[in-house]
Amino acid sequence: MSILVDKNSRIVVQGLTGKEGMFHAEQMIAYGTNVVAGVTPGKGGAKVLDVPVFNTVAEAVKETGANVSLVFVPAAFAADAACEASDAGVELAVVISEHIPVMDMIRAKAFLNARGTKMIGPNCPGIITPGQAKVGIMPGYIHVPGSVGIVSRSGTLTYEVVHQITEAGLGQSTCIGIGGDPIIGLNFVQLLELFRDDPGTEAVCLIGEIGGDAEEKAAAVVAAGYPKPVFGFVAGLTAPPGKRMGHAGAIISGSKGRAQDKLAAMEAAGITVVKALGEFGATVAAQLK
Amino acid sequence: MNVHEYQAKELMASFGVPVPKGGLADTPEQAVEIAKQLGSDVCVVKAQIHAGGRGKGGGVKVCKSLDEVKAAAEAILGMHLVTHQTGPEGKLVHKVWIEEGTDIARELYAAVVLDRGAERMAVMASPSGGMDIEQVAEQTPELIFSTRLEPGQPIWDFQCRQLLFGCGLDAGQVRQGTAMIQALVKMAMAKDATLVEINPLAVTGEGKLIALDGKINFDDSALRRNPDIAALKDPTETDELELTATGLGLNYIRLDGNVGTMVNGAGLAMATMDVVNQAGAKPANFLDVGGGANEEMITKGFEIILDDPNVEAILINIFGGILRCDVLAAGVVGAAQKIDLQVPLVVRLEGTNVEEGKRILGESSIQFEVAGSMSEAAAKVAAVLGGAA
Repeated sequence: MSILVDKNSRIVVQGLTGKEGMFHAEQMIAYGTNVVAGVTPGKGGAKVLDVPVFNTVAEAVKETGANVSLVFVPAAFAADAACEASDAGVELAVVISEHIPVMDMIRAKAFLNARGTKMIGPNCPGIITPGQAKVGIMPGYIHVPGSVGIVSRSGTLTYEVVHQITEAGLGQSTCIGIGGDPIIGLNFVQLLELFRDDPGTEAVCLIGEIGGDAEEKAAAVVAAGYPKPVFGFVAGLTAPPGKRMGHAGAIISGSKGRAQDKLAAMEAAGITVVKALGEFGATVAAQLK
Repeated sequence: MNVHEYQAKELMASFGVPVPKGGLADTPEQAVEIAKQLGSDVCVVKAQIHAGGRGKGGGVKVCKSLDEVKAAAEAILGMHLVTHQTGPEGKLVHKVWIEEGTDIARELYAAVVLDRGAERMAVMASPSGGMDIEQVAEQTPELIFSTRLEPGQPIWDFQCRQLLFGCGLDAGQVRQGTAMIQALVKMAMAKDATLVEINPLAVTGEGKLIALDGKINFDDSALRRNPDIAALKDPTETDELELTATGLGLNYIRLDGNVGTMVNGAGLAMATMDVVNQAGAKPANFLDVGGGANEEMITKGFEIILDDPNVEAILINIFGGILRCDVLAAGVVGAAQKIDLQVPLVVRLEGTNVEEGKRILGESSIQFEVAGSMSEAAAKVAAVLGGAA
């Protein structure tokens, strides 16, 4: 079992004909992901990696039944691309692009919310259900099917945790990188709810970082009573205040968004907090086995 | 991106926000000339650095004569101004802003801010101006009024009225304040500002509203479509190595430790700093070489790390996703061939093309230690530094 994507997901890649789009689509197809269409305005009718390319997402959806979009277009056009996917009726838009202006995301998020489209990202590695569908840029081979759900604000940090969990002899139900921007699609709270209802998920890992209050909100959900064990990590204990640590959303503003406060909230909520990242996999395995 | 007070005020004024008349000087003579032209009985000389708390640190002086303006400018220009936001070393003042004095009856607070949780822009106002707003929010939250902007909608008059009557203004002042807030919102939207703050927003003895200070943060991701804003960047406000890194598309932040770190991905880079710290050493920097980094950028990133004289060891931690391990390995080798590497290097690679990456490193002439896990990598770095850290 899994959440959001599985072997039946039909993926349309927006920006398929670009260098990055093509590189990652090829990896996705090699993983066994059902990539049914590509969209590049002006390149409709072409075929890339044996996948038909359309001018619009609406056309791609109509012709191929695509229900998940992966957005790989440059930042300046990415909010527009997400809105196009939403308008075409896909259920989920996964936005990889980084450096999308905040004002664009505010408007795009409202557009998607009004149409009931879920979004993952932007500025994220995407989502993978091991053995079924890889919708993003994560290295597929580190994942194995299993029962641990993983949600993270960071890309490579997710890989690190996934890898450790795999090495510890466990596997993953679904792994989601929710993105490092201030305005994102699905958040910790929404994904905790989806994982709660997924019979294939036995435990959830939350990988947070400085900035915002997503970790505190997730802790509140767990504190109110969560039926599965939750593990937490927060990056940035040594991050200086007022500095944007790579991700647009990773900044300590005044006394807000500090790692120690997030860890304290997690601990108070009964989340198993992992302080040394290198011990994440072993900690999860010790509790689940 | 942050800008100086004078830049914020000039931009606000261009959107119709009332600000005191003033001018910019980088010498005491210029300061006196500006004060003469202002012809005001009272002038304020204000240090222009990117930090709050300038007044407490001695960077703002009220002057009642041209001699006082000269003395103030002489004292402030060239000083290392220390405030609660600069760190103990302070910031060198290159420029002062001289403006006409204002007859202040009341000090309010107004701001347009990104409300991350609500996924909207919000406007805040408070009758407790001139104070640290976080402190006001903590001690007297009832004195903070806020309203959220619906995406794609303007800020309606009623929203401004709610804020401003809340601050205890009279009807005439509320009208002025409404125009001012609407101008600030328009500016924030037009220029992709995620924070516009006026603190204090003064009510003068005559009942006029005027922005006595101005702080704006612009969305870095939107600077491309706002070249006028990008041009406001003051390179002297940023660490030299950080500037170089930005020019190369690298995310680099200088810290005060001695372990240089090179990592792909911001979250992993932060976690690597934390692990170094936990192992008993101190990170010298945050460096995220990012997803699209190529060999040249990694080489430059390496050079930037080594340009920091405090660096006594380097830890490279790569989990390959977009950035493949073989690309990084080639970058490390390329850099090492150009630079006479004098510090110990610990490398930890995992992810896409990891075997190829390890092979490239292994076949090179670089001396390095390989670590299998992050904890091991950090422990090895701490060990090579011994008691030096």
